[in-house]
Amino acid sequence: MNAIKTSLIWLLISLVGASAIGGIALHRGESINALWFITAALCVYAIAYRFYARWLSTRVFVLDETRATPAERLDNGSDFTPTHRWIVFGHHFAAIAGPGPLIGPTLAAQFGYLPGTLWIIFGAVLGGCVQDMAILFLSTRRNGKSLGQMSRDELGLLGGSAALIATFAIMIILISVLGLVVVNAMKHSPWGTFTVAATIPIALLVGVYMRYLRPGHVLEASALGVGLLLCAVAAGGFVDSHPTLHKWFDQDGLTLAWCIMGYGFAAAIMPVWMLLAPRDYLSTYMKIGTISLLAIAIVLLQPDIKMPALTPFIEGNGPIFGGKLFPFVFITIACGAISGFHALISSGTTPKLISNERYIPLIGYGSMLLESFVAIMAMIAATVLEPGVFFAINSSAGVVGSDALAATAKITAWGYPVTALQMQSLAQQMGEATLFARTGGAPSLAVGMASIFGSAFGQGMLAMWYHFAIMFEAIFILTTLDAGTRVGRFMLQDMLGNLWPKMAETSWLPSVILSSAVVVAGWGYFLYIGVIDPNGGVNILWPLFGIANQMLAAIALAIATGILVKSKQLKFSWVTAVPLLWLVIITTTTAWQKLVSPDVRIGFLAAAEQLSLQLNQHLLSPEKASVAPQLIINLNVDAVITFIFTSLMWLIVLDMLHTCYRYLTDQPTSPLSETPHEVSLLNAEWVRD
Amino acid sequence: MGTGLMLKKLLLLWQGIRHLSGDDAYERYLLHHHVQHSQENIPVLSKAEFFKRWQDQQWQGIKRCC
Repeated sequence: MNAIKTSLIWLLISLVGASAIGGIALHRGESINALWFITAALCVYAIAYRFYARWLSTRVFVLDETRATPAERLDNGSDFTPTHRWIVFGHHFAAIAGPGPLIGPTLAAQFGYLPGTLWIIFGAVLGGCVQDMAILFLSTRRNGKSLGQMSRDELGLLGGSAALIATFAIMIILISVLGLVVVNAMKHSPWGTFTVAATIPIALLVGVYMRYLRPGHVLEASALGVGLLLCAVAAGGFVDSHPTLHKWFDQDGLTLAWCIMGYGFAAAIMPVWMLLAPRDYLSTYMKIGTISLLAIAIVLLQPDIKMPALTPFIEGNGPIFGGKLFPFVFITIACGAISGFHALISSGTTPKLISNERYIPLIGYGSMLLESFVAIMAMIAATVLEPGVFFAINSSAGVVGSDALAATAKITAWGYPVTALQMQSLAQQMGEATLFARTGGAPSLAVGMASIFGSAFGQGMLAMWYHFAIMFEAIFILTTLDAGTRVGRFMLQDMLGNLWPKMAETSWLPSVILSSAVVVAGWGYFLYIGVIDPNGGVNILWPLFGIANQMLAAIALAIATGILVKSKQLKFSWVTAVPLLWLVIITTTTAWQKLVSPDVRIGFLAAAEQLSLQLNQHLLSPEKASVAPQLIINLNVDAVITFIFTSLMWLIVLDMLHTCYRYLTDQPTSPLSETPHEVSLLNAEWVRD
Repeated sequence: MGTGLMLKKLLLLWQGIRHLSGDDAYERYLLHHHVQHSQENIPVLSKAEFFKRWQDQQWQGIKRCC
């Protein structure tokens, strides 16, 4: 009887999910309610988790509950510790969910709501979640080894080095694009700049509080910090209205970019307890709090989606970034659908905490489902805006011109009516001088969130909500920025240590300063170019980041596929091989277009050629002509990087196929590096609590 | 749901939050020390000393993602 009831419930969930998906896919009208998106996502997640994740656990990875995990065998009370599954879930989710799933969907909304939404939902359940779970499983079976170590063990030196280079490269590109998003949110916004700047002294104070004033009182210190952050949002309004303070915090993009570089350098060489750790606490609480608030607000308010299902920009010529729907939607939305970066987390701290293999689906697959849901909410927040407003905020001056009237006329001509007056009053409501050309996703998301929060919790505080949303995004973008710079520094020190062992000493000051400076210079270069680029920079940097992230995912999936084949699971190896194939197709297509497309908005080389032609014929304004040589060099650099990324990915995939071929034809291959089975003695529900 | 059960769930949630944030890390360390090392002669760290080590150790490797 119970079995019938369960079957009926799942049948119902399937029907509801299918009709919700059908609803959003086939709907062509004025507007559609956001609850359809939430329903579609939740039903697909539930079915995928209940059936696909379980099937993966029992048939493909063959999880073994009796097997002792590294946390149990190597328990040392610090990094290896059996930990309750929900605690590990919390840590893992907090680690994987950064600003990526908020920015990507917002940018991809230029194609309409449908392509991004479908990719977020199905990309996650068939690709991203499988990758995270597979790597978590493999690392758990290998004493918590990192992705780089696993690829060296299973694929050889080539795979290992490629993974290392890919990780370092993605870090550099990621930080620069995140820096650019923050700069675009802060430029000429005294309120936003003050609020973001205030997060630094607040973090320092929290750091000192938990280290020296009240050692170990983490929650107390964090509560203090969150309270101060909210005060800073309110104080920003005062700064904005004060004539002298207004001038201090009213800065242009380039100044802000230099400040962020200085900040990143300082954060990388400072001890973690001072800035990094307290900032991380604050950003985690803000993130979880705001996302939950957004979910509640969407359910309460049930806003209508104003963006059409598809826009004409699927044909290419989109104002935010150039390129057709295929492959660019899949590159633009990386985090939220599939993100290679997660493989680093799944093979980092998490496998050292899992108390039993049976929790791998919850932590690996489940956390990614939640991240995908965050991306769906970002998509909703971006598409509840009037499309005209959305495009006015996100289109760079290089595309629509810097004059408000001309820009709104152009956007209206695309079929998305918006007036300069409307933008002016919206900016006024949000407490900003202008909202034009704030490319990067954060401001339009903040406007969307502010209007959702405003309608759900009180319309009177729109400016406050807007700057709260900006602060919320900036704080964890900066957390990723300084944590990333620090990790980059360690990786570089490690690499340089191969040449000169002294460089690898993480506390030797000359090495610390040198390697931090190199890392900051690396991302600082791209950030600088992005800021001076009249087309906004995001259109170049975000696809590069997408390619890098998907390339890392391809490396992770290649390792997993190789191991599945070597574990006599050839017939099931498609679970990772199919997402891998898809990633290889989209990254290669994107890279190809980025290299050879004659469209200057897509092809790096075409753009460089056009720019140098214009420069030689003196067709550029003096302002543009002064930055053109740098832009030309940069476009060529971008082309080279794209080529290297793609070649690395192909090398690893071919290496994996070669290994599989050798294994299947009974030639010697490197043996599986799985640790031998040991019986688990842990049996408690709440492990050590 | 009775009030007792409700309170118990809230308590569990609070414990979870403390555990996730590391607020109770020292208490867990004392317990671990008591269970694992009570026979050996390893001195117990003070809360401030323990917290320094714990915090530095938490920040090794890649901890945050995009």
